[in-house]
Parts: sequence; C-alpha cells; structure tokens
Amino acid sequence: MFEIQSNSIEETLQLGRRVAEGLKGGEVIALTGELGAGKTVFVKGLAKGLGIEETITSPTFVLARTYQGRLLLHHIDLYRLETCNDLDSIGIDDYLGGGGVIAIEWAEKFMGDLPPPFLHIIIEPGEDERRLIQIAAADGAAWEGVYNSLRWRQNGFS
Amino acid sequence: MLILGIETSCDETSCAVVENGRRILSNIIASQVASHSAYGGVVPELASRLHIRNIIPILKQALKEANLHLSQIDAVAVTSGPGLVGSLLVGTELAKAIAWSLEKPLVPVQHIAAHLYSPFLEEKGKPSTSPDFDYPFLGLVVSGGHSSLILAQSPLSYKVIGRTLDDAAGEAFDKVAKFLGLGYPGGPIIDNLSRQGDARYAAFPRPGLRDDNCDLSFSGLKTAVVRFVKDKMKGSVALSETDTKNIAASFQAAVIDTLLQKTERALKETGVSRLAIVGGVACNKGLREEAVKRFPHIALHIPSPILCTDNAAMIAGLAFHLVQSGRFAPLTLNADVNLPIE
Repeated sequence: MFEIQSNSIEETLQLGRRVAEGLKGGEVIALTGELGAGKTVFVKGLAKGLGIEETITSPTFVLARTYQGRLLLHHIDLYRLETCNDLDSIGIDDYLGGGGVIAIEWAEKFMGDLPPPFLHIIIEPGEDERRLIQIAAADGAAWEGVYNSLRWRQNGFS
Repeated sequence: MLILGIETSCDETSCAVVENGRRILSNIIASQVASHSAYGGVVPELASRLHIRNIIPILKQALKEANLHLSQIDAVAVTSGPGLVGSLLVGTELAKAIAWSLEKPLVPVQHIAAHLYSPFLEEKGKPSTSPDFDYPFLGLVVSGGHSSLILAQSPLSYKVIGRTLDDAAGEAFDKVAKFLGLGYPGGPIIDNLSRQGDARYAAFPRPGLRDDNCDLSFSGLKTAVVRFVKDKMKGSVALSETDTKNIAASFQAAVIDTLLQKTERALKETGVSRLAIVGGVACNKGLREEAVKRFPHIALHIPSPILCTDNAAMIAGLAFHLVQSGRFAPLTLNADVNLPIE
C-alpha cells in the first residue's frame, strides 16, 4: 500500500497522471472519499496522463462518461446509487471487460461487487487543499506497473 | 408550417406542435422526477424505460391538444443530442418511424440550441413576453447537466464563450441539498429555503471569478459548503433549522453571484446587449430576481418555468429555421450523446 501526502490540487492531479502511466487497459480503479475530497480531481489527472484533451466534468448527472485517449477511460459515478441492482441497471457490465480503464467514484457501497483485482484509492481531506491519499490493491502483483511508477514518489512530492 | 417536436434527452418525455417556429399549439411534458427522486437524480436505464412507456400517449395528447392528425404535420423534429443515450434513442427512433411512414422530413435538433430558442416561442393564448427579442444574444444555459455561456448569432450559429469545468450549476444544487439532507431535486428546495435564510451567514467562495475567462466551476463551492458544515457541527449534534436555511441562502447567493458575474464578463467580451437565461436552473426565483436587478439596461429574457425545463416546443420551434435552410437528416440518423453546439 502507498500512502501519499498531497499538498495541493496540482499534486493530486500529478498523482493521477503518474498512475495513468502504468495502465495497460482493462483496469478498474475504485475511488472513495467524502463529498469534495477530490475524487474528480484525481480522475482529471488520470485523464491527462492518458492523453485525453477534453475537460473531465463531473459524471454525477449522467452516471458515466467515456473519453478517448491512449486508452478509453470510462468515468463512472455511483453517488446516487444504493444497491447492487442499480449497478446492473446502469449497465456496468458494458464497461467491464471492454479493455478501457474504469474509474469509479463513490465505490464504497459496491466494493464487494467490483471484480478483483481493482485498485482502491482513498482520499482523506486535511487542512485546506491537503489530502492524504492511500493506494491499495488486494493483488499487488496485478498492479506492478502502477506501483513502479509510484514507487519513487512514495515519500511525497518534492 | 406545422412541426412536431419530440424531446427525450433526459428525464422529461415531451411532444409538441409549433406553428411557423413561433406559436405553440401544444407542449405536453411528462416529468419523471417522482420516479427518480428515490435515487437523488436521474437513473439512465430507468429513464429510457419510462420514455418508452410514456412517449406514444404523450404524442397522441400533443396532437389532440393541437387539434391535428399526424398526417397534417409538415416535418418531424427530434433532439438528437446531447443527452443520455438510451433516452435519446427513444425519441430519435419514434421520429424516424413517423418520418418514414408519413414521408415527412426528419429534422435533428441540438438540445442546448433549442433551449436558446425559447425566447422566441409564444405560449398558447398568451402574447409573446419579449416580442422584440432578437439575435445576436448571450445565453446563460444552466441546468442539471450543463452550465455554459453561449453567444447565439442566429438560429443556426452559436459560439461557446464559457463552459462547465467540473460540476454543472444544477448538480451543485442537488449535491449540496443531498449533503444537507434536504432531498431531490435540490434546486427548488434550496431556492425556497433561501427565502427564509440569511445569505450573509457564510462567506462562501465565488469560484473562478479571478480567472481570466468565462468558464464555470462549482466543485470548489460544494467542497467549501461541506467544510463549513463540518466545522460548524464540531461539538454539536446537528445543524439547527435556522443554520440549514442560512447555509442554503449563502450557498445559493454564491452560485447566483458567480453565474451573473461570469455573465457580465461574457456580455462585455461579446459586446451584445441581449441576454437570455435558459435551462432548468433558470426556474430559480433567486436567480431570476437577481438577474433583473443586475442587468437593468439590457434586454433580458427568462422563459416561463415551463419553457425553462426540457420541452419539445423548443425543439419544434428551432426546427422551423433548420427546415428553412434544408438541414434535414436521413433515416439513418443516430443519437449523439456529445453533440456539440458549435
């Protein structure tokens, strides 16, 4: 598990970019953290790292948005959903197994329903723009690429 | 010329008949709000199924109210994007079926452009509210899924001046309402509570006003509300009713102030002297009143609430101009979830 202190929105974006560098496609990234923690900010960084030029806007209203970069990015938001049936009803299976990267905000309610090995990113707000970001995966080996691109940053941002 | 309009881009199922791009003969809207409120917002799969169930009865009612038979329609117009794909498809497939079976022209309409056409519609039995409103004008488009500033140069030509960077205005209302435990849809609830609260209670940020552009961002404001409430609740059990009203009022004031300051900037940038505020959030009473106060010297049009929400009259209205310039679609028309306005 990695624990990284981000001191600003810019650093959270940078972390997203770095995670993107290690992605090959087909990965599921589950993001958790309260309202305003910076989950969308992280995904904006992820998108930039995948070479996506478009502005990443909140997917809450439409539940899912797809962007084309080096890989497809499906940005999903489960904020409004309550049960596993709801997850089926938004057609989650259409996104899984399609070869794109899937970033899921508000994943906490559905952790048991997500296919392993997903990467879990937990963002905890601190003072002002500071955030404590934990990155964990049940099966670390599956995330070797991402872990490698993060390793040199483990002690925080210079 | 009689145009049938069909709108199913999000959670309202609507059919309308408009004569010569102006006079609304019928504008039937079935809202799905009650079905979606359990989720605190629109659930796409549910929306498509409700559209399928509602669309034919709504079509029949629209024709009946206009006192017309389907064969008397001159063209079929439909929202082809942007919107939720499953919802859009219900409308486009129906429009194609009608166009094919009756051999009528099929006219695809961009949803945001249609909202910007609402100043030119005349409601049944009512005189036009802004008979002199004309192009070019600046449009502030505010709804659950969009907030943007757009220069409307003609019914066929638009330029985006400012766009959403993160959360749309309506989404910010919904999220803050849910966070405060107030329910869905958040806009009207916060609007009503604001009337009883003190807007000076909390000094929330006006995001992006110092940035050198007309783009709109509400994510930081949402975060500021969350932070304020958490600090406030330290050591106390819950927010009092008065606190909630004051927070709602302060939040709404920050949204309105941000929207209108960015609008003012866009007016200066574009040099136009006409402004239309359209989309679902244009129903917000606080926004309507403040806009009138702040822009006394320009021609301001805010549609009646029924024309602010998604409706098919705006689709049929704008389509009249698309027909004039021959902008028809073949029967292979497909919905485009990201259809741009420019």
